[in-house]
Amino acid sequence: MRLLLEGGRVIDPANNIDSVLDVLIEDGRIAALGNTRHDENMHADANADTDVCLSAGARARAASITTVDCRGKIVCPGFIDLHAHFREPGYEYKEDISSGSHAAAAGGFTTVCCMPNTDPVIDNGAVAGFVTRRAQEVGLVNVLPIGAITKKQAGEELAEMGELVAAGCIAVSDDGKPVLRSDVMRHALEYSRLFGIPVLSHCEDASLSAGYMHEGYYSTVYGLKGIPAEAEEIMVARDLILARLTGGRLHICHISTKGALEAVKQAKASGLSVTCEATPHHLALTDEVVGSYDTDTKVNPPLRSEEHRAALREALASGLIDCIATDHAPHHFESKDCEYGLASFGISGIETAVAVIMDTLVRPGLLDIARMVELFTTGPARVIAEAAAGPAAIPAPGRTVPCLGALTCGAPADVTVIDPDMVRTVDPRKFYSRGKNTPFKGMELKGWPCMTIVGGRIVAEDGRV
Amino acid sequence: MGISAQSTQFDRRKDLLGLKDVSNEEIELILNTALPMKDIIRREIKKVPTLRGKGIITVFYENSTRTRTSFELAGKYLSADTSNLAVSTSSVQKGETLRDTIKTLEMMGPDILVMRHSMTGAPHYVAKNTSMRVINAGDGTNEHPTQALLDMFSIRERKGRIDNLKVAILGDILHSRVARSNIYGLAKFGCEIRVAGPPTMIPPGLDRLGVKTCFNLDDAIRGVDVINVLRIQRERQQTGLFPSLDEYSELYMLRPEHLSLAADDAIVLHPGPMNRGVEISSDIADGDTALINEQVTNGVAVRMALLFLMMGGRKDEIAA
Repeated sequence: MRLLLEGGRVIDPANNIDSVLDVLIEDGRIAALGNTRHDENMHADANADTDVCLSAGARARAASITTVDCRGKIVCPGFIDLHAHFREPGYEYKEDISSGSHAAAAGGFTTVCCMPNTDPVIDNGAVAGFVTRRAQEVGLVNVLPIGAITKKQAGEELAEMGELVAAGCIAVSDDGKPVLRSDVMRHALEYSRLFGIPVLSHCEDASLSAGYMHEGYYSTVYGLKGIPAEAEEIMVARDLILARLTGGRLHICHISTKGALEAVKQAKASGLSVTCEATPHHLALTDEVVGSYDTDTKVNPPLRSEEHRAALREALASGLIDCIATDHAPHHFESKDCEYGLASFGISGIETAVAVIMDTLVRPGLLDIARMVELFTTGPARVIAEAAAGPAAIPAPGRTVPCLGALTCGAPADVTVIDPDMVRTVDPRKFYSRGKNTPFKGMELKGWPCMTIVGGRIVAEDGRV
Repeated sequence: MGISAQSTQFDRRKDLLGLKDVSNEEIELILNTALPMKDIIRREIKKVPTLRGKGIITVFYENSTRTRTSFELAGKYLSADTSNLAVSTSSVQKGETLRDTIKTLEMMGPDILVMRHSMTGAPHYVAKNTSMRVINAGDGTNEHPTQALLDMFSIRERKGRIDNLKVAILGDILHSRVARSNIYGLAKFGCEIRVAGPPTMIPPGLDRLGVKTCFNLDDAIRGVDVINVLRIQRERQQTGLFPSLDEYSELYMLRPEHLSLAADDAIVLHPGPMNRGVEISSDIADGDTALINEQVTNGVAVRMALLFLMMGGRKDEIAA
């Protein structure tokens, strides 16, 4: 089975490619990058190390190639979402691995890392194995489980990290619940070094964060109890200090404040192994939108003020932020159809993430499109690279794995194609996700993923799976 | 008074959820309409047929007998049929959602829903989901628009104007919906607003609202025309916002000596119920400068005006 993506602008940051090229996919793998129209031999012109030449024999077989016209489109390595909640097992009424996989495919993601706050929690190999098996049964996108840091995410005893890694977990996290005890976080960062996996930290000082929205001018005006930026910054600072103590790999989830970014910048400059992610909603929106008391704007960390959003956007463009992750948090409508204070925190974001970034950052020129592709591909790939390559990679620190986030010849053909001109209005009723909770509903966005290819198979086209 | 062009202001308004988004013209219309309403309250026969055949339901998810009674009497003086859903006996206790409760009430046919709720934004949520007109009788720590309207009515009655006065609001500003609605309402009329309270109970961003923050009473009160004293909730002490009621009263109780700093004809307001000896001394509460009792009557008048206007009434229609 062969697929030729013809005439698109190929942006493959891992291989330093940004030009109009054809991509040939054969037997589920990237076979060649080249130019079939102007080059007799369709030789790979970008990266001699990794690309192979398309032989005359291959051209002869070209008659059986399915060709996709990608002119005017952006062809990228498959997008990776480092942070999603697929809710299975336990909360299938909010989302399950099938609906989540459909949503991911529609949203342009080929690989999704699933947070462990399920019921039961992914704190042992059996549950991690279940998630992996269910994802394979669904067979749409790659689903990589994230194990819990502590048993039952209770923040007390470490979960069996070795068993979790053996069962396919590529990181550990107690996301949704901060690890409040510093000694537990210290041990997690230390112990994780054995496996080369990152510890993904949801940074929140729970004693400061009992509120509903960002604390500032708008919490005063709207009369809602605020969550200060410092609730996040205190824990980011603590975790960075613990990363320094332990040498563990720390990844800050959904970073949202100026102070947290400054702390990460300092830590990176001092050589710590630290990365961070930002979400599309924190990049696109501010706390001003909470004034409608629309519970779909309620999220943790909360939508921040303009000052913080500006810092986030700057850090995204400058490279301080390593990746964009959705923190896709689908909820049942009943837990959002209520008083603001009672509503669940979270935004269903995996189907709108790419379009939100395209429309709010790339289109107005705040973010270069090539940089955006990095943030969805090589960025997240680097965070989880060692672990994703399997145990063999563990003794090779710093090694990047070619199969995730790159269009390297021979790698599984995970490809995301974006139509920068496509205009569509966000309609949650059409979501594949069971979670319709999005503050972007009704917004007209320009620039959408138009094709998602996983392992050489087209799993979504024009937003339909 | 002839037919006023202003009276059409309310034709476009379904709900009254806060003073944040109410125009100066609307506020003036309510206050002007409340004047003849107050006359009705003083009559021997306190009944006009204006809202005959209209239904008003009050739902209080938080205790407040006085605001609820004020709305009920306001409706009754205008001949509307009023009814109250008592929360303690309601299905709220049985786990019914707010949306379902409101739908049930709506199906009984009332025209206006008066609602108090402990959660900010609850009336906004309800307003989006019902055809009834919704009046916010206090939501969480957000707004209490009719309280601010009656405060403004009381100020205007005594001072002859609202415009460009100096007003001090004292107490727990962070949690006070009375403070917020007063700030939004008075700021629209160019008032200079100062607040004073313990730093733990001053919310951020007040300067952006044009409000000056003081930590002590003297600074806040110096030269003001109006002092609005907020009720301190005793449970705030348990959440660590101030060390004790004794210390609070030591630092923040309004006493006669403070009044000497204010303008000569300064007035004192309090939304009630008062904690005598905590936020206000009895000398002041019972003195000539306090409008506290008059505020209660004015509350009924303002709520009559609001109910009347929301049912499409025009000021010149008030029955003689």
